[in-house]
Amino acid sequence: MTVAVEKPEKTKPVEPPAPVEEARKVSRSMMVGAILVVWLVLFLVLRGKQTLALAAADLTDLHRWFNDVNDSIGANRNSNPLFLYFFNEIRLVIDTLVTFVQELISQPSADRPVPQIGWLGVVGIAGYVSWAVGNWRVALLAVAGFTFLGLQGLWQESMDTLALTVSAVFVALLFAIPLGVWAGLSDRFNRVITPFLDFMQTMPTFVYLAPLTLFFLIGPASATIATVIYAAPPAIRITAHAIRSVPATTVEAADSLGATRRQALLKVLLPMSKRTVVMGVNQTIMAALAMVTIAALIDAPGLGKTVVQALQTLDVGTAFNAGLAIVVMAIVLDRVTTAASAREEAARRSKNRFLAWRRPLLAAGAAVTAVLAYLSHTYLWAAEFPGEGGTGSTIRSTADSVTTWVQDNLSGLTNAFRDVLTNSLLNPFQALLTDSPWWLVGGALIALGVVLGGRRAGVTTAVCVGLLVGTGVWSDGMTTLASTLVATVLVMLLGVVFGVWMGRSALVDRLIRPTLDAAQVMPPFVYLVPFLALFGATRFTAIVAAVVYAAPVAMKIIADGVRNVPATTVEAATSAGCNTWQIITKVQLPMARGALTLATNQGLIYVLSMVVVGGLVGAGALGYDVVAGFSQGQLFGKGLAAGLAIVLLGVMFDRITQAAARRTSA
Amino acid sequence: MARQARQWRVGAAGIAVLGLTLTACGGAKVGDSSSDAGGSGSSGKCGTFNLAVNPWVGYEANAAVIAYVAEKDLGCKVTKKDLKEEIAWQGFGTGEVDAVVENWGHDDLKKKYITDQKTALDAGPTGNEGLIGWYVPPWLAKEHPDILDWNNLNKYAAEFKTSESGGKGQLLDGDPSFVTNDEALVKNLKLDYKVVYAGSETALIQAFRKAEKNKEWVIGYFYEPQWFMSEVPLEKVKLPEYKAGCDADAEKVDCDYPVYKLDKIVSKKFSESGSPAYDLVKNFSWTNDDQNVVAKYIAVDKMTPEAAAEKWVEANRDKVEAWIK
Repeated sequence: MTVAVEKPEKTKPVEPPAPVEEARKVSRSMMVGAILVVWLVLFLVLRGKQTLALAAADLTDLHRWFNDVNDSIGANRNSNPLFLYFFNEIRLVIDTLVTFVQELISQPSADRPVPQIGWLGVVGIAGYVSWAVGNWRVALLAVAGFTFLGLQGLWQESMDTLALTVSAVFVALLFAIPLGVWAGLSDRFNRVITPFLDFMQTMPTFVYLAPLTLFFLIGPASATIATVIYAAPPAIRITAHAIRSVPATTVEAADSLGATRRQALLKVLLPMSKRTVVMGVNQTIMAALAMVTIAALIDAPGLGKTVVQALQTLDVGTAFNAGLAIVVMAIVLDRVTTAASAREEAARRSKNRFLAWRRPLLAAGAAVTAVLAYLSHTYLWAAEFPGEGGTGSTIRSTADSVTTWVQDNLSGLTNAFRDVLTNSLLNPFQALLTDSPWWLVGGALIALGVVLGGRRAGVTTAVCVGLLVGTGVWSDGMTTLASTLVATVLVMLLGVVFGVWMGRSALVDRLIRPTLDAAQVMPPFVYLVPFLALFGATRFTAIVAAVVYAAPVAMKIIADGVRNVPATTVEAATSAGCNTWQIITKVQLPMARGALTLATNQGLIYVLSMVVVGGLVGAGALGYDVVAGFSQGQLFGKGLAAGLAIVLLGVMFDRITQAAARRTSA
Repeated sequence: MARQARQWRVGAAGIAVLGLTLTACGGAKVGDSSSDAGGSGSSGKCGTFNLAVNPWVGYEANAAVIAYVAEKDLGCKVTKKDLKEEIAWQGFGTGEVDAVVENWGHDDLKKKYITDQKTALDAGPTGNEGLIGWYVPPWLAKEHPDILDWNNLNKYAAEFKTSESGGKGQLLDGDPSFVTNDEALVKNLKLDYKVVYAGSETALIQAFRKAEKNKEWVIGYFYEPQWFMSEVPLEKVKLPEYKAGCDADAEKVDCDYPVYKLDKIVSKKFSESGSPAYDLVKNFSWTNDDQNVVAKYIAVDKMTPEAAAEKWVEANRDKVEAWIK
């Protein structure tokens, strides 16, 4: 789960396009067409020239320079004051924090064979807190969810993951909320920090995982910091957005009453944006959980390790069981924080007598929870989860047999599908991108950027193209770009079909949504093993992986957009005699145009964040460069360059699609 | 106000009752049975032994057996750390890793950490021999035995075509952790193949497994000892023989990969600590068959590494005694 930022321009109801605008749009699409035709013609003439191809083992000077920097840091870390007095201190503080939480809930502490609070206490606390900040329904969900983790036979692993997640989210919020408030108040700071946030979210973690262990050593500190880097940006962005969307009139009213800046911030801005800020916390938690398996590669304890180890022997059942535990934890935490953000509003609306009971009930609940925690501290039966995890072994064997069935029965079908798509769409497209001279592709991209996004987007594109050439992995970048765009097209197709379906029916939405959540947090490799059996180690497998991860976001955004089309408009169309198909294509989709562009934007960014996973299953190109750079010292520099290239592709498309979105909804 | 007070009383009473019932049914208290949990660290002067565990099953087998012996026989407190190779070596310098117990070549890392930074030492071979090369599934080797000679590879190139290989035969490469000369080999041996990067061991194994099952044509980069060989015994294709120095220039490699004498690396600090665990690591040596047995326990029989190690150690006491004498 990466960016999922609610962009302000999301779903403004759009006026039906005036005839003048129609004409302008036609000319724009004609210009796009013209650019593509020119590109195709030149491609046929200049095919294979100046493609800047670089073999897998070859390096450029830049890559060697990155290697040297990395080596010299490693060689000097024990004498450098920056390490002695800065990084080491940070590491100590974070290590202490994580160890404290671990000893509380997951790891044996000092003289005890079990943690301070056992399963009963944790379940009790989870239920109580969920009820206190949310409602009784999510409290039940939390209790059921956490108990399920124990039944799966993964209690301790789950608690390790929870401990790490809680610590990382705590540290992330410590920085993210003040920075977010600042970015919300100051336009200039917002402009400065945005590129950094883009960087933090799209730079593949593999690239900085090894250097991180050099700075912060192997252990909880490195794992936490890796998670914080990835998880903090959503909270910063959403907090800034929340502060910005407090109505200007309210702030003016406070000003005219003589409030100081400080008062305005503490009494008006923060309370009024609380609800959205909690959504930021929610996104941060989800992003932190998405890092669980990657952090396991540097010895972070927890469910990630179980997944990684199971996959060494291709044990899909065990990996799925652990992956499911991550999904359960994500769904519980997501629903609880969502309920927390909605609670105050709900409470205000329902002024019932239950409210008077709330305080005594809260106190009573606290007392019960304290008793449970005490019991789990004292008695073995409440400390260690009873049973052998029977549910876990059922899940394991079921997952195994489903996988085997799918592999045995579907592979003929899937191969045919793969070949058709690869030969008819992917291969020609990739040839166009990789076999054209670099300046031709770059020129075409810049021209498209100008036409679709305006002059500023064009300038950004030009800078990105220039830097991409500088990274030395241009050709790999183009291969990745081809797969990325094909994946995005598929994401949008699925997104529109399911998004419209979900947007039109609340029941469908409720049924599909948990699956979408699961697809977003399930560690990709768990489902990639069967996919590898179905499609082989090919670019297509990588595309499927990206689609599974990115389509849910697109679906959710489009469903939201369709739902926000005013009911009166739809009714008017119905009474005018439109059938369902006409309503969808002539009313709902055009009016949800803003949501469609946002979905494209987010879909692309999410697809890009799967490039590295794609590299692990046959996509080659940038993803493979990153993974190889992580695994082999002499390729470190190239991996870093490839990571930068991914960031550049992401920034380029983000700016173009965002500018295009502003134009269409303006 | 009065109503609230009454609620308070009811609530408090309820909690007290609940608390009492729960406490009354009680059960074993934490810390009651201090028999084995706290006792293991008592004997020996070994202290903590930080053992890196690299992510493949053969390594896991070595580490499991060494950890088991260190804990049970030497009384060490073994901390296993799951790390990729590169990061594990970095750990020698930062003092967080004591030993790596199955190293495949990695001359670059040896130069960096043993020669230049002097934070690591070679602790001798593990007794295992590592082979790297091109492999085909057994059914293919049986039906077309001549495929096992590289001279005949071009004859079959068309059969190995896939959607990824652009009209040539596909040579599936690719665990990114391993050094590969395959692009140079294909070029210098004038083979009509294209190297396609599968990208992970998982992807390679899945490809071979499927190929054997459905009788598909697959040729790819693989290595042994590897647990997967006990499930599908892949056959190695003969490449031009390795001679010392024939792989010196990465661009001009035209020979097979050398046989790797797998070895153990320890941190300098650990070697000077006088820990009995260091002697254990230094003396540890076993055969490919030994490792395959333990790897099979872990990968195929799904035993935990600890259980697998215990089973092997109990059956091979004599070998273990030689390491710790």
